[in-house]
Amino acid sequence: MSEIATNEPARRRGPGAAGVFRAALKRDLLLAFRSRSDLVNPLIFFLMVATLFPLGVSPEPGFLAQLAPGLVWVAALLATLLSMDSLFRADYEDGTLEQALLSPQPLILIVLARVLAHWIMTGLPLTLMAPLLGVMLFLPAEGMGGLMLSLLLGTPTLSLIGAIGAALTVGLRKGGVLISLLVLPLYIPVLIFGSGAVQAAVTGLPLAGYLALLGAMLALGVVLAPLAIGAALRISVSG
Amino acid sequence: MAEPLLKVENLYCERDERVLFEGLSFEVGAGEVLQIEGQNGSGKTTLLRILSGLSRNYEGDLYWRGEPMAEVVDEYRQALLYFGHLPGVKATLTPQENLGWYAALQPGTDTASIDMALRQVGLAGYEDVPCHMLSAGQHRRVSLARLYLSQAPLWILDEPFTAIDKKGVAQKEQLILRHAAAGGTVILTTHHELRLGGLRRLNLDQLAGTS
Amino acid sequence: MAKNKTDKNWMPRWFYQLASPRWCYDITGKLLPAFGVLALVLLLGGTVWALLFAPADYQQGNSFRIIYIHVPSAILAQSCYIMMAIAGAIGLIWKMKVADMVAKSCAPLGASLALLALATGAIWGKPTWGSWWVWDARLTSMLILLFLYLGVMALHSAIENDTTAAQSTAVLSLVGLVNIPIIKYSVEWWNTLHQPATFKLTEKPAMPPEMWLPLLVMVVGFYCFFAVSLMLRLRNEILRRERRSSWVQALAESR
Repeated sequence: MSEIATNEPARRRGPGAAGVFRAALKRDLLLAFRSRSDLVNPLIFFLMVATLFPLGVSPEPGFLAQLAPGLVWVAALLATLLSMDSLFRADYEDGTLEQALLSPQPLILIVLARVLAHWIMTGLPLTLMAPLLGVMLFLPAEGMGGLMLSLLLGTPTLSLIGAIGAALTVGLRKGGVLISLLVLPLYIPVLIFGSGAVQAAVTGLPLAGYLALLGAMLALGVVLAPLAIGAALRISVSG
Repeated sequence: MAEPLLKVENLYCERDERVLFEGLSFEVGAGEVLQIEGQNGSGKTTLLRILSGLSRNYEGDLYWRGEPMAEVVDEYRQALLYFGHLPGVKATLTPQENLGWYAALQPGTDTASIDMALRQVGLAGYEDVPCHMLSAGQHRRVSLARLYLSQAPLWILDEPFTAIDKKGVAQKEQLILRHAAAGGTVILTTHHELRLGGLRRLNLDQLAGTS
Repeated sequence: MAKNKTDKNWMPRWFYQLASPRWCYDITGKLLPAFGVLALVLLLGGTVWALLFAPADYQQGNSFRIIYIHVPSAILAQSCYIMMAIAGAIGLIWKMKVADMVAKSCAPLGASLALLALATGAIWGKPTWGSWWVWDARLTSMLILLFLYLGVMALHSAIENDTTAAQSTAVLSLVGLVNIPIIKYSVEWWNTLHQPATFKLTEKPAMPPEMWLPLLVMVVGFYCFFAVSLMLRLRNEILRRERRSSWVQALAESR
């Protein structure tokens, strides 16, 4: 049974596709909200990584300002990555994941809701927190808008790609390091265009091109990543 | 007998270099209760996971109402209730929220019946208590409440009676009987001596591979 | 192997023969000597031609001759990834064991080729750019390709069950395949932003035929060599996985 891309039959009763998506999103947000302490961890990590650079390199404002676009983006990327490993693990361990896989509801929507909930709980706060890091790293004020816009468009893509890695490694005991190996190379284009957007904003160049590319990658991710995540989850649970 | 609901043909599965079963063929029809027997490690759970569609590491053919499984997988999932080793209950959610999620996963479930299902398993009054505050047995019963909620004709139950007291077991037996009498089908494994009339048994020990 | 009767009708016969590990073992056994001889002749001939007879570059002198290894290995590292992903997809969709084994055998070969391309690139970089490593777009893309290979290999070795490992890595390599063009494009763009006009080494305006002909011979030779290594690995893998089947045991006893 290799239903990687099954066409869902239209003769379904009960809650429609939108209903499942809403129910899944509500449940995932509720779950995340009930274990609030886990939510703060990526944010603290984000802040700490950004603190390491001035300590490790140089606190000189001019120098840091030059590095800032890349530093904030790398820190955001690592913070997202850190939060990825647990994305499906609890569901895998308590059996709710296998029940979701056995549901006649489209798995793609359940997965998409999960990733959206993850992004609301990590990517969005990271985006909102980014100006603080920008100030710490002397990012010129003109760059702040570009930083937030690029993170707003880029972090959902990071969540989508990271979820593929999480789905592939969910059944493995040593998932943590492995997921970084799988996912980091795939993060590179987002990093390039994301930090490129900030740099363009700092130097006063037009942003639209970068944002369009980040948006295009997000669109591609929303369409394709759930297929890969779904297939990977079925394989991981089967094994 | 009419067309069998679920038909298994020439099933082969190996795990860790050991053949669990080879050339396994059987079928179950409406109104039947089939108990899978065998020693520990004989592949009971693996067989149930294959039947449910969770495990895909096998060779052979499955048919649902006469159609190859790959072509009717959506209808099959709509008709299936799988109850595995893992409870499938979120500890941070309340019983009501947990069952609400199952109702969303299974189209055609009546959300109004959630409270009724919880009453049936003796969890009345605990609807709003997070599951991690319940005892192990109560936790298990949240999971079992799905049986009362479900309208699926085919039940696949893997050790449904663990961590359940005597009275609960008798109640579950009644539930299984009622389900079969109403034209439903049950495939299950259990270490309990079942006192059910018309029970069919399938022993995996005799089928174990010869190589 | 899925014995799904419904799709058997439209698939050609050879496709299902390929699915049989035994048939695959036999056919690769017959093909191996031919490819081996071809690889040897082409690689030896190409090397002699490239080192002794091809003209030296007017800018770089003799150091440019390393492209006769660098370019073929870089080309092959990329084709190998595509092959790995396609084989993985076939294994995933038709549950074909041999395709899984091909995909598994591809990964370490592709990684070694990517590593070879990087090493020769670095050696070439020293006389040309004056440093062992330059963040040139092609080298960077090759480095990321190596990372992708390493990820695939790490995932495969982390999963104990052969079937699950094959399926998981197939999904990962397909995701990688979709990403490779995006990565290449993004790295090239990043490069033009950060490095103003380094002269391109591999895209010489009109390389004369006496220079690119030996290169072509080397590329074809590398493909043959790759085919030989792949078949050897594949045969190994077939024997390992089928070791309990009667034909492998008969084979072992006859030796």
